[in-house]
Amino acid sequence: MPQALHELKETASQTAGPYVHIGLAPGAAGFDIYSNELGHDIAGPHAAGERIRIEGVVLDGTGAPVKDVLIETWQADANGIHAHPGDPRSGEVAPGFRGWGRVITDFDTGLWGFDTVKPGPVAGRDGRLMAPHISLWIVARGINIGLSTRLYFSDEAAANAADPVLALIEQVHRRQTLIASLSLRDGKPLYRFDIRLQGDGETVFLDI
Amino acid sequence: MTKPAAFFQRDRTWHPPALTPDYKTSVARSPRLALLSIENSASELTGPVFGHGDIDPGDADLIRNYAHTGDPVGERIIVHGRVLDESGRPVPGTLVEIWQANAGGRYRHRKDAYLAPIDPNFGGCGRTLTDAAGGYAFRTIKPGAYPWRNWVNNWRPAHIHISVFGSGFAQRLITQMYFEGDPLIQRCPIVRSIPDPRAIEQLIAPLDMSAAVPFDCLAYKFDIILRGTRSTLFENRLEGN
Repeated sequence: MPQALHELKETASQTAGPYVHIGLAPGAAGFDIYSNELGHDIAGPHAAGERIRIEGVVLDGTGAPVKDVLIETWQADANGIHAHPGDPRSGEVAPGFRGWGRVITDFDTGLWGFDTVKPGPVAGRDGRLMAPHISLWIVARGINIGLSTRLYFSDEAAANAADPVLALIEQVHRRQTLIASLSLRDGKPLYRFDIRLQGDGETVFLDI
Repeated sequence: MTKPAAFFQRDRTWHPPALTPDYKTSVARSPRLALLSIENSASELTGPVFGHGDIDPGDADLIRNYAHTGDPVGERIIVHGRVLDESGRPVPGTLVEIWQANAGGRYRHRKDAYLAPIDPNFGGCGRTLTDAAGGYAFRTIKPGAYPWRNWVNNWRPAHIHISVFGSGFAQRLITQMYFEGDPLIQRCPIVRSIPDPRAIEQLIAPLDMSAAVPFDCLAYKFDIILRGTRSTLFENRLEGN
């Protein structure tokens, strides 16, 4: 027998279940308990950059909306800086910008939405710039391990075309599943991003 | 802090697959196409940072954090342990959030209609930050088993849902903790979505009499392991690395 590596195994995932809101968004579960519920304000009031709204639904394999899903979002600020000590420029992030949010659906329709600032490009592993994107993590009843994906922006066609992650998607038409489409509502930018868990137009999910 | 190194690859054979037909809800909610594997970039190596300003110290005491007229009904327990990475290193300062049913197996959620009563003094959620050694502790009520719609007579074993962050978004994890000795564990299609029995055993917290408080509460110990961080020995330093 060779020597042992003495590595531990990652704790196995289990579904977040139908009552994930109790733990992560108790207000949505129907009660008030914490003085500060986390994840409501992604960008804070002081961050520079374009203020945008993103909306969508998560659809199951039959095309029905997933009404009990919870999505977490993670992004850089408009200058491409993450509010994390691992980013050498994190000191330049505006006070109140966390870049992280928790998004829940309307329990009747499955529609979700959040407000943030549009992120700037971030350097990829090889130093090449990645197109502006928001990382998403999706959990719900029936999802055994959180699904990771990315949201890119339709008005960044040139940057998207050069993005090293989008370029890895072998079936070129599937790249569109990660691109949110821009429209205007009351003169303000609104991106639509529907997530299809399965079937026609299945969203590209990532093993990160 | 220098730019963080990549995480160990996630062992997808250890985790439950997306499609586990005996857990029926997974059938229409599981992707059918392969995941796209990408190397960690800054977007995956960083993640939200939380501090003591985000939470209140009382948030970790589920016996008291929603008590109105007195303590909740049920078996009083401490749940404690450490958050470590796969190399055994403590993960300090990370947010741990839990949620659970009350002693009768009822959740305080507008969508839960189980006939067991709501406990007016029990909310069923708590949160805390790990200490410098990765340690955490909650005080709570042991949750009850409850029926759920899958087969006609499925019961969830007593469990506590646990959410953990780590230092990077790629470490994000939600799991469930079960209790030693519960005969419902091996009968549960959600538990059995995990293919490896050793991975299931890792989700079962042992009774920990050393941490029990005489004439007050019992204790269970539950360590949580997050993905490790790769060493960068002899790795070509690419620009930006």
